[in-house]
Amino acid sequence: MTGRVAQTDDLYDLYRELILDHARSPRHFGRMDNATHTAQGINPLCGDKLKMYVRIDDNERIEATAFEGSGCAISVASASLLTDAVIGLSVDEAEAVFSVVTTRLTREGHDNELDIGGKNSLRFEKLKALDGVREFPSRVKCATLAWHALHSALSNENKPASTE
Amino acid sequence: MTQLQRQASVTAADWRKDFPILEQSVNGQALVYLDSAASAQQPLAVIDAVASYHREDHANVHRGVHTLSHRATDAYEAARDKIRDFINATNRTEIVLTSGTTESINLVAQSYCRPRVGPGDKILITHLEHHANIVPWQLVCEQTGAELLVAPIDDRGQLELEALWSLMTEEVFMLAVGHVSNALGTINPVREIIAQAKERGIPVLVDGAQGVPHMPIDVQDLDCDFYAFSGHKMFGPTGTGILYGRESLLDEMPPYQGGGDMILEVSFESTIYNELPYKFEAGTPNISGIIGLGAAIDYLQSIGMQRIADYERELHQYMVSELSKVDGMRFIGTAANKACVQSFLLDDIHSHDLGTILDHQGVAIRTGHHCAMPAMARFGISGTSRASLALYNNTDDVNRLIEALDKAKQVFG
Repeated sequence: MTGRVAQTDDLYDLYRELILDHARSPRHFGRMDNATHTAQGINPLCGDKLKMYVRIDDNERIEATAFEGSGCAISVASASLLTDAVIGLSVDEAEAVFSVVTTRLTREGHDNELDIGGKNSLRFEKLKALDGVREFPSRVKCATLAWHALHSALSNENKPASTE
Repeated sequence: MTQLQRQASVTAADWRKDFPILEQSVNGQALVYLDSAASAQQPLAVIDAVASYHREDHANVHRGVHTLSHRATDAYEAARDKIRDFINATNRTEIVLTSGTTESINLVAQSYCRPRVGPGDKILITHLEHHANIVPWQLVCEQTGAELLVAPIDDRGQLELEALWSLMTEEVFMLAVGHVSNALGTINPVREIIAQAKERGIPVLVDGAQGVPHMPIDVQDLDCDFYAFSGHKMFGPTGTGILYGRESLLDEMPPYQGGGDMILEVSFESTIYNELPYKFEAGTPNISGIIGLGAAIDYLQSIGMQRIADYERELHQYMVSELSKVDGMRFIGTAANKACVQSFLLDDIHSHDLGTILDHQGVAIRTGHHCAMPAMARFGISGTSRASLALYNNTDDVNRLIEALDKAKQVFG
């Protein structure tokens, strides 16, 4: 047997209180009728689907976010944290957060710091709650689903984002 | 000690020892493998048969005059005979070796149905089917203009037989039905279904992927036209499958794929196809896998399928009874006649979260849609957690499952 044995602490690190809170009471949950950008995220492994809504103002800033769909605690919490974290960011800053978050969730990318545009604020601190997923490689896709959907929405790709 | 616990401590303990993979720790705890419906583990006899073939006998089959080629061919064809005997087919020509249930069903869809159906024809399946017994028929329908009909199931996950009979109209060219539902464990009354179909002259394919590992199968007694199953669900290697087909039907069917081994004579003007069953076996087959499958059949027959079925039925009852005591448990699939599978939801915990927490405690279950999205949709859910049992499981495994579920409730408390 190779590899590290997951410890009980890892489990509580994955399902820490902030994650469970966002999973139970997701923020910005529901449909947004006046979104300027939307995209679906699909995880073909489990069939989970979510839809990400973003409203961008004339200054290319994210004015509002929302999401709907169903998923596991990790994917719902991640989507909920995302919607909190990117409001007020420019599109470029949000893309940078996408890039850092998705690499942070792998063991290789854990050193990447969340200090986008000098905005290393509490909002980014909360995203670190997702770090527990690193020790559960099979669940990384759950945590990144919403972020891929955001990326797809911002890039106007107009096609569902897939974790595959 | 109950009768089951006694039985578990004697027979299953012995069978369990035959499966070396089960003697390991996962995440620091003894492995409890409850995912045999996805893929069953292999006994040492199978592992050794495959290794010994590679070490001593490997060559291509049906080709060489040299000694190794003879040995490989003999072992490969001996496996075919074992399969014929195992499902009581009339003739070894009726045993087509494939890569799995999926290929077996695709073969029938493409070679039997596609040339014969067109607009106005219907192909009948059921709401219980897994994707391998849905999509091949959808493809044929797209290719030919035929229509796919789906027989309904009730809230317990049982086929609504009256509705099924009424769907068996003159336009139905073919019925494809699973023997046992992988997602819900429902054992369909296939003998009765086949009899009804026969009365109406409808050929029947039975998807037996989940049936063969758990009960004696007699294709003559069932009177089915096709019976498809996989090696890896019956303790054999992956990449092995079987299509039993009634000889008269196989005879009429064109080859499914072209290549070596399926021909008698090839020229650029025309090719004469090989006889049954080789007509359907183009290219070099999965020789070692099929030999391993032969060893798996020897293993199963040394125990006896009825004995396995009896043991699993009792263990399944124990599992269902213990699971039903867990607070917040909701069963999906409560058919009167079930194989040793239980799908469930626990509180509002998503199945993937549950799967992670159980794995963390060394308990392997399947989570998600079980490649049966329409069956999940029927219950208004996207997936379930599924514990499936095999002959190597015992009451301790069930107890560990229950403990792990309690832990999940704590984490999500």
